[in-house]
Amino acid sequence: MPFIPHTEQDVREMLATIGAPSIDALFDEIPASLRIQGLDGIPEGLSEMEIGRLMSERARLDGRPLSFIGAGAYEHHIPSAVWAITTRGEFYSAYTPYQAEASQGTLQLIYEYQTMISSLTGMEVSNASLYDGGSAVAEAALMAVRAHRKSKSLRVIVPSTVNPNYRRVAISTAGNQGLRFETVAYRREDGCIDREALAAYAGQDIAALVIQQPNFFGQLEDVDALTDWAHEQGMLVIAVVNPTSLALLKPPGDWGKTGADICVGEGQPLGVPLSSGGPYFGFMTTRMEYVRSMPGRIVGRTVDLDGKLGYTLTLQAREQHIRRGKATSNICTNQGLLMTAATIYMTLIGPQGLSKVAAVSMQRSGELVEALTQVKGVRAAFNGSRFHEAVLLLDRPASAVLRELETQGILGGFDLSGDYPELGSALLVCATETKTAGDIARYAAALGAAVQKVRAA
Amino acid sequence: MSQVLADLRYAKSHEWARSLPDGRIEVGITDHAQHALGDLVFVDVPQVGTTLDIGGACAVVESVKAASDVYSPVAGTVVEINESLSGSPELINEDCYGKGWLYRVQPASASGLDALLDASAYSAVLAAEGG
Repeated sequence: MPFIPHTEQDVREMLATIGAPSIDALFDEIPASLRIQGLDGIPEGLSEMEIGRLMSERARLDGRPLSFIGAGAYEHHIPSAVWAITTRGEFYSAYTPYQAEASQGTLQLIYEYQTMISSLTGMEVSNASLYDGGSAVAEAALMAVRAHRKSKSLRVIVPSTVNPNYRRVAISTAGNQGLRFETVAYRREDGCIDREALAAYAGQDIAALVIQQPNFFGQLEDVDALTDWAHEQGMLVIAVVNPTSLALLKPPGDWGKTGADICVGEGQPLGVPLSSGGPYFGFMTTRMEYVRSMPGRIVGRTVDLDGKLGYTLTLQAREQHIRRGKATSNICTNQGLLMTAATIYMTLIGPQGLSKVAAVSMQRSGELVEALTQVKGVRAAFNGSRFHEAVLLLDRPASAVLRELETQGILGGFDLSGDYPELGSALLVCATETKTAGDIARYAAALGAAVQKVRAA
Repeated sequence: MSQVLADLRYAKSHEWARSLPDGRIEVGITDHAQHALGDLVFVDVPQVGTTLDIGGACAVVESVKAASDVYSPVAGTVVEINESLSGSPELINEDCYGKGWLYRVQPASASGLDALLDASAYSAVLAAEGG
């Protein structure tokens, strides 16, 4: 049997059977004006040898810089065993399998993943994962609007302390489905949600408040007070969290008096390497009360006719292959391979390991801020508590300083001037457990030189 | 053959409605509907205070492999829901015309049930559907 779905002969036979002269003829009903004649700007395919060479040349251009960029994707140590196990043939698949129940091992792994993520976030139920953090936020907003029984509002508050990329993904995904996103400013002193600006929404009919913790600036929001306030206003609370931080911080299930309602986030820090923005994976957990409004696949544990333990896709009546237009889930797969890596990562390092990663990252980040703010013309933008990122204000343009640092092999941080021009020249920096005292000293020295050089220019 | 009670009114979409002595109307799904769906695992009923239009989707009944909308056979305001269903959706399979009722409404007009089918007309609908 050939390892392709159909040979040319198969195609000819199928066309002959249905009486169609060619495959193109099957698309007759699409008017010629809607068809693209050619794909401009997309080159012909390359052979494996050619693409291999091109990619290693491109990879060389990256060099091996010392990176202090976080801003949503974080460099953590990944034990070698994680990807050695993940890429075993038994696990090596990108999706939830078709005929899912025939793949009991895969389903068990997803079930274990769901258990770990539920436990980490302090929520009752998890789905099998989503595409990435941004799409998870968009799906959470759609879910909140669906799940909110007392409000028909399509408005969701997404404060400016939420990752700007997540906000953009939410607007492009859910904006076209009628959702409206309200932005709330942050306080200049501590980089947290401005409670006075938020209070302007009191008494209004709004489906949900999104709270990112730690927020995009790395600052810690007063999640208890925010959660209770939102609930008093009849809003659901969507928590957006960094999974590593949950080893130290209060899980969303414990926020305020009753906990957040939906929890989402970017799963990349759990064993997925940095790679040009992806592929990463999103996670989503919620309370049982809202499970029927949750998108994505869910694996459940059960027993078969003989009483033997087994795993199965469950609550499928939510899904589009059953409920069609009224489905609450239009996602019929999951981010299988990366979720597998995350499950193995969590299994290998365990709760204590994750706590250590979080604690050391937080400490290194503190040391980084300490060292960098010694540099003349550099100061911390905000007071208050942080996790492993911080905003620095420079007295020279961040873009020029970053370019200078790059020539020294250092990626100095994320330039905030595009998304937060009101901050002036601002840099979001991050240190995790992967950065040593030597790395930090090297960055501080290079930053001093870079700022001076830009000042002189 | 599905059970059809003589004292109820019916909608073609397989809901029943019963006039209660106090003027309110009780709504549920028919024996034919519960049988077609199979074992129910979840029922989503409207909240008290919801205003319903005739024919509007107002509840969802979910079995292991399917979920179906329930269309309101009467216009009115939901005044009571069957709380037992959240823990025991199987009540609909066991006693669809009794303990398996879904919700009760205060009808918008006195002639609320006149447009619905009587038992013989509904039986004819079932016969035409082969049920």
